[in-house]
Amino acid sequence: MAQLNGNIALRCTNVHRSLGQGENRVHVLRGVSFEAKRGEVHAIVGPSGCGKSTLLYLLGLLDRPDSGEIWINGELMSNTVDAARTAARGEHIGFVFQFHFLMLEFTALENVMMPMRKLGRLSVAEMAERAKMLLASVGLGEKTHRLGTQLSGGEQQRVAIARALANQPSILLADEPTGNLDAKNSTMVFDMMTRLARENGQAIILVTHNPEIANRCDLVRPMKDGLFV
Amino acid sequence: MLMSLACIVLGVGLFIVTQATTSGFEDFFIKTILGTNGAIRVEDKIQDTLRSMSAGGNDSTSKFQIRGEGQKYIEGIEEPNIVMSGLREFSNISGVSEVLHGSVLLHSAFKTEGVQIYGINLEDHLRVSDLEHQIVEGDLADFRASPSGTILGKDMADRLQLNVGDSFILDASDKIGRQQRRFRVSAIYQTGVADIDRVRLYAHMEECRSLLHKPTGASFIQVNIRDKDRAPEDALRIEAVLHYSAHSWQEREKSWLGVFRALRISSAITVSVFTLIAGLAMFNTLAMMVLEKTKDIAILRSMGYTRDDISGIFLWQATIVLVIGTVVGVIVGAGVTYAVSRVHISISGIFKTDTFIVAWSIWHYVQAVLTAIVMVMIASLVPSRRAARLEPGDVIRGTAQ
Repeated sequence: MAQLNGNIALRCTNVHRSLGQGENRVHVLRGVSFEAKRGEVHAIVGPSGCGKSTLLYLLGLLDRPDSGEIWINGELMSNTVDAARTAARGEHIGFVFQFHFLMLEFTALENVMMPMRKLGRLSVAEMAERAKMLLASVGLGEKTHRLGTQLSGGEQQRVAIARALANQPSILLADEPTGNLDAKNSTMVFDMMTRLARENGQAIILVTHNPEIANRCDLVRPMKDGLFV
Repeated sequence: MLMSLACIVLGVGLFIVTQATTSGFEDFFIKTILGTNGAIRVEDKIQDTLRSMSAGGNDSTSKFQIRGEGQKYIEGIEEPNIVMSGLREFSNISGVSEVLHGSVLLHSAFKTEGVQIYGINLEDHLRVSDLEHQIVEGDLADFRASPSGTILGKDMADRLQLNVGDSFILDASDKIGRQQRRFRVSAIYQTGVADIDRVRLYAHMEECRSLLHKPTGASFIQVNIRDKDRAPEDALRIEAVLHYSAHSWQEREKSWLGVFRALRISSAITVSVFTLIAGLAMFNTLAMMVLEKTKDIAILRSMGYTRDDISGIFLWQATIVLVIGTVVGVIVGAGVTYAVSRVHISISGIFKTDTFIVAWSIWHYVQAVLTAIVMVMIASLVPSRRAARLEPGDVIRGTAQ
């Protein structure tokens, strides 16, 4: 298998992706190339429909490109089988979505433990310990046993960040992580995410409409009509 | 999910109850007929009607033997002891009893009626019937001790107003002449089969032979077997080996067994509909759940959970509902079966009972549980596979937009 070395956590080259069927099919990504190193925070910005989220899902191996290559930690993953992509997601990638996507029937602690349970590297006690530590680091040390429904929007998003970091992934992908929060919570969530990621040497790629957030990132990549401009 | 649970409970419970009640009456009927007329009745010698024809060629000794049209019989059994010792050689046969019967008139103080006298050797007959447990008045000890003792059917005793200890006269007429003898009621039995209880009277074999002027022979031999379900095969073997016609209980009671079979099919259809409804409810619940949980499925997939994990989660949920449903269903089924068995219902004619008859069989429960497992697993497979096939990117993109 082809290998990439160095500090590059994620790289894609000439990625194309069309969405929709028949006459409604739209060429969303038109040959996008991109790379992110460990410890860097990238912001992808642009108008709605320019392909930001589509690119993010491709980079997170949640979707398949029509053509082009995606490399995760030196492994070419764009054309691999579902099992390999699923395993790579569990091990190397953490996701934070706009609408937090917590399992509301479970507690904050259980939500954070879920990725660890699947990876299976730690014992249950170790998982619980790490989940508590992560929740404490996002300021929810006192609310570990609260159900998702008993947390505010900002708190749910912080739990989602803790969950994304649970398996110590090398890449953190965030789709409008502050899009559903007020200004105060937006700043808090962004600061927390970048601080924790930098501490652990993780590459962060976030899609945002918020110029203030974007300007605080290391690199800002504006997109238009399916291409970086 | 509660609806699915309720449907499984109902399906399993109803399955058990219908099986218990349907087979309860059938089993009781079979028990009654085995307890009265035995598993196999051997009677009438098969007359040799084989014809021979030349097989052709010069060898005149080569012949085919072919069975003639229909079979002819010589009524009764001439040498019952020889036939009985032959029957005892069959491994499945547990008891044989020669019976001599004939029509006589019974004169009681109240009225005169035609009855059927059955001459038996009591100890032999107890091995091929439930007569001992069918006694409702008097006792067999009195019959054993008294040569003129008889055992009357309950309906006969009631109609003729005879009680235990009463005397009556039996009047037999044949070509030799007319003979009257005085007998005494030692006991009264009740099988519940009206045709038997109304006309059948048991007497000692020697007394019966004397009354009917039949010093030798028997009308038939009643046979009891260890495995009642093997009766048709054993009857065929008896015919082949002993050249006496032999009728299994299944052959004799073909029409009533047909009625029970029809009832069983009818209840099976009812039960199938309920289990189908339970399966559909489970399918519907899980299909709805997959729709409701698409976001959760996508987030689990994004965390590294595989398609099999997702499928497994839904199958696991179905299994939990199935386990709870079957356990509760089994308890409900057993409880309702018990309650039904306490219901008072007076039936006589083909058998006698004062309560609803139910059959307690572990197989009813095994069948109910297996049916529920198959139904629920089939119903769960499609939604769980559908959940596993969901593409996380499609789901998240659709939700995010």
